[in-house]
Amino acid sequence: MLAKKQFLRDAAAHVRDTGHRSFVRKALGGYHTNRDLQKARYRDWEHARDAASLAKWSAVNRLDELLPRFVANFEANGGQVHWARDAEEARTIVLDLLRAAKAKAIIKSKCMTSEEIHLNAAMEKDGYGVVESDLGEFIQQLRGEPPYHFVFPCMHVRRDEISDLFGKHLGSAPTDSPEELTMIARRHMRRLYVDADVGITGANFLVAETGQISITENEGNARLTAALPRIHISISGIEKVIENLDDLSVLLPMLATAGAGQPMTCYNTLYSGPRQPGECDGPEEMHLVLLDNQRTAILADPEQRDSLHCIRCGACLNVCPIFKNVGGFTYGTTYQGPIGSVITPHLRGLADWNHLSGASSLCGACTDACPVRIDIHHHLLHNRRNAARTAPSRLEKLGHRLFVVAARRPWLFAAGGAMFRRSLGVLKALRPPLLKAWLATRDLPPAPARSFRSQWAARQEGRSNPASVR
Amino acid sequence: MIAPAPKTSTAGDVILARIREALRIPAPLPHLKSHAAEAAVAPAAGSGLPALTVLPAEVGRPWLPDGGETSAERVRILTENLEKLRAVVLRVPDVAAAAAAIQVLVRERGWQRVAGHAHDLVEPVLTALPSAVHRVEAAARFDKNALEACDAGITACEALVAQTGSILVSSRTCGGRALSILPHVHVVVATVDQIVATVGDALHLARDRHAGRMPSMLSFITGPSRTGDIERILVLGAHGPKELFVVLVG
Repeated sequence: MLAKKQFLRDAAAHVRDTGHRSFVRKALGGYHTNRDLQKARYRDWEHARDAASLAKWSAVNRLDELLPRFVANFEANGGQVHWARDAEEARTIVLDLLRAAKAKAIIKSKCMTSEEIHLNAAMEKDGYGVVESDLGEFIQQLRGEPPYHFVFPCMHVRRDEISDLFGKHLGSAPTDSPEELTMIARRHMRRLYVDADVGITGANFLVAETGQISITENEGNARLTAALPRIHISISGIEKVIENLDDLSVLLPMLATAGAGQPMTCYNTLYSGPRQPGECDGPEEMHLVLLDNQRTAILADPEQRDSLHCIRCGACLNVCPIFKNVGGFTYGTTYQGPIGSVITPHLRGLADWNHLSGASSLCGACTDACPVRIDIHHHLLHNRRNAARTAPSRLEKLGHRLFVVAARRPWLFAAGGAMFRRSLGVLKALRPPLLKAWLATRDLPPAPARSFRSQWAARQEGRSNPASVR
Repeated sequence: MIAPAPKTSTAGDVILARIREALRIPAPLPHLKSHAAEAAVAPAAGSGLPALTVLPAEVGRPWLPDGGETSAERVRILTENLEKLRAVVLRVPDVAAAAAAIQVLVRERGWQRVAGHAHDLVEPVLTALPSAVHRVEAAARFDKNALEACDAGITACEALVAQTGSILVSSRTCGGRALSILPHVHVVVATVDQIVATVGDALHLARDRHAGRMPSMLSFITGPSRTGDIERILVLGAHGPKELFVVLVG
């Protein structure tokens, strides 16, 4: 129950921090404009969503066929595949690779699976220095914080904080220009790319047809990470497989538009293995770690299997009223926002993480925003139902029993209603423990003078006697 | 050459067994909104699963952003998209004019060192340059430091994509992996007939050209390197090139 307590405490603190909330809202303001402009360039956005959704559906539901096909093609191109059942196995694989390579300097581009398995901490514990090269991840690494948003890792940090941070760690002069701050990081990172002997990246798609992995990024840091070091290690969830390049050609623009309001992300790169004969550069070895870590548990739930369609665009976070009001850290998860609330109970256990599914207004904005049509807000309801089944709340059960008793006896229902209408004012004044938390941020409406049933009866009488209407 | 990895490992067998077990119960189809997509899902003969042909028949995918029907349309859409992305398009009649246009760039910006690779479109440009030229070659040892010290990298491309304003480069035909990302400016020399309508067309072209063995890297470049990580404000030149020039011949 620790996670739930932390959530409630942080959410309560966060909603009172209006300065921070308006900062986050402002940062996301441009996203909505750009996304709508780009969506308008699609001749039929809804049809494109159908296609993207079907591409992922058919891949996830044929994972038994497509994953081995991908692996065979990737290995034929000279890449090496390593399977990891869980986080620990994945960490061990990467650490063994670093040891075998006698790695001295490691550069890393954005990789959410590495956050999921807490790779950086494990590497540092074994004495391997690693630098995050994505600007947002670099800032978060210097701050000693996980990402706030899995696509925009440091969207909550103000420029003056970044200036101070760079001054402290890189010795740069203070500036309030985002451009100058970006250039400070750029100059700092250049040497590191050239000197690194191992580069670690994530993967957005694994193309079964050709055995290529596809990496999407804006900054060029993943391109550099996979170009200059002697060894390239990529870590990917097993659900990232798609069938072919045709599917990729739909998913790449959709990912960019839904996630950041771009026509295409700046760099979309397909890697099929290490440097080939006749090529000028590139790594001597390429390793791919394929991570299960409970993904097969989600796969085994046909109702929520489509949550594996997720392409991690982050659109559901950007539109979520809960995310905007409680902030990214409050979730306490690797994947924040609505999709994180759906999958985290599978990854870490329903009993401890079901509260995330309760933190939803069920407005459905996430489902509308999802480019691959994951039924996100219904899955939050499914989680609530599953939690109620496995660990029913006694109080709720008692409440429902009492309701059944009253609802079956019209006289009792009417008497209960009359009592409630009369006591509403008293309840408001008394604030009994059960209502106290609810009343802290809300107010009760004034009680109506008459019950719904008597109002309805009067209305029906008016209908049968048209003269009296109005 | 790297020793081939074992075909399967214990962990791989376990994961694949978990997948097969999980998929024994079929999942419902996603809630589709368009009739055309529904038509793509044909009921399967015999099995409980619907057989998916995954939308192959729709040539050109008339629901994605338009890439243009004719060559003139594609040139217009590509140019508009590149300009929106803050890339600079220089339209020239022939390769000699491309070389002249790039010479002007080199002089105006005072580039001391320019990198390039062997290619029919790039070679004439490199030989005409007044500045020092660093050639990236497969036969020579790759020198990261020398390439990093270059002001600009000049490359050819596999294709240009009108639909998104993207440039497709490959490690096999465009001077390797680093040439188009490490120097501070990237100059692409391409001909008008290299423009294709869509991302899908570009991928098909690459697949057909490199039948059987894809280059180790294929990359869609869509504008100069950029970031929005600081307060979601757009800054160009995060880690890759700050500027992108497309010299379009023809």
